[in-house]
Amino acid sequence: MTEEEIKKARAKAEQGERLSLQDALALYEDNDLLFLASCARKMKEKKSGKNVFYNVNRHINLTNICTSGCPLCAFQCEEGDKRGYVMETEDVARVLEDAKKVRNLGEIHIVSALHPTKDFDYYLNVVRQVKAALPDVDIKAFTPVEVVHFSQMTGKSVKEVLKILKEAGLSSLPGGGAEILNDRVRKEICPKKATTAQWIETIKAAHELGIRTNCSIMYGHIETIEERLQHLFTLRDIQDETGGFQAFIAFPFHPANTQLSHLKRVGSWEDMKMIAMSRLILDNIDHVKAFWIMLTTPLAQLALGFGADDLDGTIGEEKIIHEAGAKTGTGTTRERLRKLITEAGMIPVERDTFYNPIKEAE
Amino acid sequence: MYATNEYADIEQKILNEERLTREDGIRLFKCHDIAWLGNMADIVRKKKCGDIVYYNVNCHVNLTNICTSHCKFCAFGKDKDSKGAYAFSVEEAINVVRDAKKDPNLAGLHVVSGLHPDWSFEDYLERLQALHNEFPELYLKGFTGVEITHFSKISGLSIEEVLKKLKAAGLQAIAGGGAEILSDRVRTELCPKKATADEWIEVARTAHKLGIKTNASMLYGHIETIEERVDHLIKLRNLQDETGGLQTFICFPFLPKNTELGQNVRQTSMWDDLRTMAISRLMLDNIKNIKAYWVMLTVPVAQIALGFGANDIDGTVHKETILHDAGATSPTALSEDYIIKIIRDAGRIPAACDCNFNILRRFD
Repeated sequence: MTEEEIKKARAKAEQGERLSLQDALALYEDNDLLFLASCARKMKEKKSGKNVFYNVNRHINLTNICTSGCPLCAFQCEEGDKRGYVMETEDVARVLEDAKKVRNLGEIHIVSALHPTKDFDYYLNVVRQVKAALPDVDIKAFTPVEVVHFSQMTGKSVKEVLKILKEAGLSSLPGGGAEILNDRVRKEICPKKATTAQWIETIKAAHELGIRTNCSIMYGHIETIEERLQHLFTLRDIQDETGGFQAFIAFPFHPANTQLSHLKRVGSWEDMKMIAMSRLILDNIDHVKAFWIMLTTPLAQLALGFGADDLDGTIGEEKIIHEAGAKTGTGTTRERLRKLITEAGMIPVERDTFYNPIKEAE
Repeated sequence: MYATNEYADIEQKILNEERLTREDGIRLFKCHDIAWLGNMADIVRKKKCGDIVYYNVNCHVNLTNICTSHCKFCAFGKDKDSKGAYAFSVEEAINVVRDAKKDPNLAGLHVVSGLHPDWSFEDYLERLQALHNEFPELYLKGFTGVEITHFSKISGLSIEEVLKKLKAAGLQAIAGGGAEILSDRVRTELCPKKATADEWIEVARTAHKLGIKTNASMLYGHIETIEERVDHLIKLRNLQDETGGLQTFICFPFLPKNTELGQNVRQTSMWDDLRTMAISRLMLDNIKNIKAYWVMLTVPVAQIALGFGANDIDGTVHKETILHDAGATSPTALSEDYIIKIIRDAGRIPAACDCNFNILRRFD
């Protein structure tokens, strides 16, 4: 990168102008973290002012028995493994009974493994069960990877699968499973699951049906910096076309207990750089989420100064990332999240799945 | 350039390299735009220190944890008959270093200890001398203003005489600890039995006069007010104007676990740690180096601190104990390779140095 290119990219970032891949590479190489943070913070304020969002949610991970065996994952196991579990109707019911007691519960987040024998109806019935138990709670469920799996199991198109899920009560899709949208990378880290094209097709189908989704990146494994940044531009292109992404989430790769455990977790510098650069590149996505479960609470709070405007939620019980050695707690309280936000000089806003403020929260 | 209008005047001063006032410092602590604060501190860091980040390959030697001072913020100090109390003999002190010498790059020692009720100044001096005789190739940094004040009291020697003897025994630089908050209101409440603010400053001043460089520090996040933090920084700045002998400034966040005070005080947030780092860089315009002490801050905070004004990340440490007794969750040592990687990932140039910031090796 020439000095001239870096200068040009910095000027664009400072003005909040749309960046090209070349600009992003220049800014990455320039590595002026606090400059990036200042620019990202400005863009965040243009989009959401001083507001920082969080929600009261519960995670349900239905099973960890998975046919895809992704080298990047510490959660999945094979059938017969003693770590394996599957939640049946009564197990889900127990979680829902507990969830009913949560004041202002806004969302149930369901993400699971691709179980070898559970059919689409199993998953569909869980959505119906949640809807029946908690009719006012939004259901954010199934990543595009799971939706592609349902489509393959049933022989139905992705669009048909999504329609059926929507009719059963699904409100939105989470952003996971995107990893890096590049087939070279996917062949190494997740060869058996949805390809780049399938992930994108599913997202576009959802947006077409009026189902909003999130999107994400899993960074810090075998991808090159160019692949990493290109991924963000792929997401930006999709958003230009559909406008259906609500929030973007950057997941640092946690290597412990995965088949890639020889890799090192990237440092906090890289995490904050990703938050700031994502905010700057994804100029058409409203929200950037600092997922405290993955970042740890201190880094998630700091991310609010680096362009993030959402801390995710209270969560309840998180399993997937804790299998990969995350040392964060598995749940937090509304009060704790609000305090983190206030301490950062911002205004906490409790939201529903669609970022509508919930007034009674104050 | 970046600031909200509210801070435009301070931004102008910083960019013009003008000195910030007490009022400016207090206002900066009210600023919520942490990216701007960091950016300002980083601009100053670039001008003053360039892109080198210093670290040491060092070993901490804590000669004893038996201490008469019973500071409320300390989890390390013990009574003689308490469980876990220890006091190294000369041989034991040497053995700690012999173990650390397995690392062929070990460059020096950091010797800081409790105020033992039965030890004379000669007992401390003997151990220092023995370490120096046994390991003449290692640099020796040690003893805080608090220990040196104590030595003067128990020996009847003046501060200057104590320092001369320590220097003759091999001491090359004085550690920055024990400054806590240089306010007698705070010290009366937290550490009434040890050196007062004036005594601490007097040790540093005398050392500088004798040509011994010292470090300085601030322990924050307990009972002090924001004004007291700023006043503390200004006291150090005034001293530095007078002597020029302060080499590096270290921010210590108070770690509450296992301390008397900790029952009522919560640990500082990363947010507070980083803004305090940045404001220290901005206020201390005459101290060259700012240290992000990873043992206290944790590695992730220390790495980010390199963007908030810090240009020194302390060392490999080899078995830190004082802060781990207070529940520090960081590792007790880091490998040199790992320190180099942390610095490089932040886009900076790692350089191993001795206790007086002479560069031993650099990795461009």
